[in-house]
Amino acid sequence: MNIWARLFYQYRKFVKVIKLYFMIAGPGLIVMLADNDAGGITTYAVTGSKFGYSLLWFLLLLLPVAYFVQEMTVRLGAVTKRGHAEAIFYAFGSFWGWFSLIDLLLTDWLTLVTEFIGMTAALSIFGIPSVITILVVSFVMLIMILQGSYWTWEKIAFLFCAVNLVYIPAAFMVHPSVNQVLAGTFIPSLPKGGFTNEIFFFLMANIGTTIAPWMIFFQQSAVVDKGILEKDIPWGKVDTFIGSFFTVTVAIFCVIVTGTLLFGRVEIESAAQAAIALMHIDKNVGTLLAIGLFDAGFLGAICISLASSWAFGEVFGWAHSLNNKIKEAPWFYAVYMFALLTAGAVTLIPGAPLILITLFVQVIAVTLLPAALVFLILLLNDGEVMGKYKNTRSQNIINITIVALIIILSTLYAISALFPNAFM
Amino acid sequence: MRFQIFELISSRFNKFFENTFREVREINKKYRVPHTKTTPLVKISLLMLRVYLFLLIAILFYKFITLI
Repeated sequence: MNIWARLFYQYRKFVKVIKLYFMIAGPGLIVMLADNDAGGITTYAVTGSKFGYSLLWFLLLLLPVAYFVQEMTVRLGAVTKRGHAEAIFYAFGSFWGWFSLIDLLLTDWLTLVTEFIGMTAALSIFGIPSVITILVVSFVMLIMILQGSYWTWEKIAFLFCAVNLVYIPAAFMVHPSVNQVLAGTFIPSLPKGGFTNEIFFFLMANIGTTIAPWMIFFQQSAVVDKGILEKDIPWGKVDTFIGSFFTVTVAIFCVIVTGTLLFGRVEIESAAQAAIALMHIDKNVGTLLAIGLFDAGFLGAICISLASSWAFGEVFGWAHSLNNKIKEAPWFYAVYMFALLTAGAVTLIPGAPLILITLFVQVIAVTLLPAALVFLILLLNDGEVMGKYKNTRSQNIINITIVALIIILSTLYAISALFPNAFM
Repeated sequence: MRFQIFELISSRFNKFFENTFREVREINKKYRVPHTKTTPLVKISLLMLRVYLFLLIAILFYKFITLI
């Protein structure tokens, strides 16, 4: 075989692999990029403006954390063909089932409100009124799910995932010091002043944005809805890893943007404030940050509202697939739209306690996260259900360590959010 | 006319709640018995979860009381 024939063969093989990946890919990539939601982008923007590049290494550590937790949902969904809510009901009975379902709905709804806050704040920078934003966004989200196919929904979601990468060109536009960025990313160090309560709070906040309860429920239900089989598990893992890589990449590049332009200059408390401040320095970068914030809120909203609808449908036995038409699954779509519209409406109420809602998201999520993670570990250790896909000893060591750390840190985060002076 | 509309709405609501409660009872019946093996690991994990959630709710309650 001559060299050209060999090259052509390799090229065809590569194209085939990419095509196969895009057939299987989806839940992992979408859930991970949606993880960089409005709250996540706010956390990264504020982290960069307060500490510059000095906490970039910590974000890199979150890559395996996100991967190992979410990878378990791929195996569980592909093997059991049940969403996480249904799996909890089946394995642990109705008490834990109802607890998880009600807590999930509450957490999801409150998080949805924060996504709308992010989206309206981002578009208000361009002079678009909140009412228009909410109506248009709800309409687009309705269209996305009403076309009656999971695959089409996924491909549209991919487009919004691509927009989530705007922080990468934005970071190149601000011309950061490459040496400082590399040092901040690969050499663990603390900002000047050492380990303070504020740093501790931000480290916990970054962990809190990396793993959220809705992500576990969403990815497992998406795996089931997409029809991923046991033989597809390796592809599902690759998908999850690529998603984890991108979520951490977006986080790092977002910190680079605000760390380069705002660190030591402007005090900000939200991503919208960061976008406004950046517009005064570099209009294009500020615009990209605002677009990214809107997209982050949008991606978060479509995934979170779907996580609730899937969970409800699984437990109540309603038709609950994006492949169903509205007539076939009216309750599934009703829950989806009800969550979206009520969350959007709350954002519009004058004087609504939006800061309190944001605080409550953090606290209530912590009541669900440990339960969801513990159930995940227990389910993955059930040999009768999981067969050869149950957790191995090494997977258990890694996953239990990660879960224990997340539970401890997210609990401390919730306590410090409730009692700001608790660790002074 | 107004009475008929009111009656229609209230009957729809009643039907909705009746159906929902019936479905909840069916779900409780369906999942009454946990299907996972109650190994020591499962027992300890669930007990720890209950204690954890109890403490968390106590903290939330304390915060609520002190806020008022």
